[in-house]
Amino acid sequence: MAQHQVNYLKDGGLPVALTTIDKVVNWGRSNSLWALTYGLACCGIEMMASGASRYDFDRFGTIFRASPRQAELMVVAGTLTKKHAEFIRRLYDQMTEPKWVISMGSCANTGGMFNTYATVQGVDRVIPVDLYLPGCAPRPETLQYAVLLLQQKIRRESASRAQKPKRLM
Amino acid sequence: MRSYTPKDDVQKKPYYTDRYWVAPQVAKTDVSEDAVFASDLEAIKSKFEVLDAYIQVGQMVVVINAHDNYGVIELLKNELEYNQLSELSAIDWLSSEGKFEIFYQMLSMSKRKRIRVKCKISEKESIQSVEKLFRSADWSEREMYDMFGVVINNHPYMKRILMPDDWEGFPLRKSYPLQGDEFAQWYEVDRIFGKEARDIIGPENRDSARVDRYDTERFARLGHEVPRGADISQGEPDTPLVYQESEGVFMIQKFDAEKSVVISDRDR
Repeated sequence: MAQHQVNYLKDGGLPVALTTIDKVVNWGRSNSLWALTYGLACCGIEMMASGASRYDFDRFGTIFRASPRQAELMVVAGTLTKKHAEFIRRLYDQMTEPKWVISMGSCANTGGMFNTYATVQGVDRVIPVDLYLPGCAPRPETLQYAVLLLQQKIRRESASRAQKPKRLM
Repeated sequence: MRSYTPKDDVQKKPYYTDRYWVAPQVAKTDVSEDAVFASDLEAIKSKFEVLDAYIQVGQMVVVINAHDNYGVIELLKNELEYNQLSELSAIDWLSSEGKFEIFYQMLSMSKRKRIRVKCKISEKESIQSVEKLFRSADWSEREMYDMFGVVINNHPYMKRILMPDDWEGFPLRKSYPLQGDEFAQWYEVDRIFGKEARDIIGPENRDSARVDRYDTERFARLGHEVPRGADISQGEPDTPLVYQESEGVFMIQKFDAEKSVVISDRDR
């Protein structure tokens, strides 16, 4: 049992912090990445494990939401079939700006072992992807590392600027 | 003299078959060896024409005419106690015979026997639905239509079951390419963005092992991250793997083991 000591009066000198709007906004955005529940295949099991108590996504502020209107992160966890492709695009369009996408696992990255007529060969054919997470399936630690890397990416971005034009359409 | 064909690249050919290889056949025995099957076959023969009948691996196979399929299944269900239709599908023999083989796998719980009813139809023919007799035939027949293009008459909901409704082609036919025809390869692009977006998005990359070493638009090496679109043909800097930025994050403190207090007295 460890207890972390935070002394606000002593550590900062005063309970006042000087910073920029960008940093505050990005701090808020990067630490409250609400993810859309989007398990499509076996990677979804690992994503659920990441959200559950042992790996505990909540401590990073990543809470799974069942509605795209409340989500800003889409973790595409699993095989995307061609039949489903239009729905992933529709859900992505329904998410509010700013929004980010993690492509989780081989199937979402490239189609993986499903080199067939029915599988989309990488979700980046349909929606723009910020972070490709390799693995089949990636462990929950890997997904957590991906989210932390995405947080770093968000903190590097300018908060006020409109979203960069994405590569796809 | 036989024509010579080079054999040094046969390992590379995925569909290489030995000319002298003969597919092993499962032994067929006569129906008269099993009293239950023999009486069942007599009952079928008394009403319908039976083209062939034999026993394979303890199951009777009865080959009938395609237009008798509903009557035979009805007879098997109502009079011969075959009360379960466990499997129904088609086999593509279009290239060798120009026909589909339709099979109905039946199980009798009371007799503990299995019968397979087979019939053949050509590509343009349709077949009667047995959904009125067995509800399990509903989805099986839809799948048969979806995957092989076998049209079913009198089916209550004749529609594709696995592929999208606007799909072209029947994927389980031997003539259908595994990686899809042109319609399949562009399906999601055409559907979402329209045909005019094909040039922008480009064809599918079917080599899933391909990684473009110098593509920073789509790839970033962990530990060697650079800004998107940077030129790394001359090498990229080594950025150590860290979970947070080195100068720290606003309002987030790093955990310092030195400053933590270990509580030894749990009852405190």
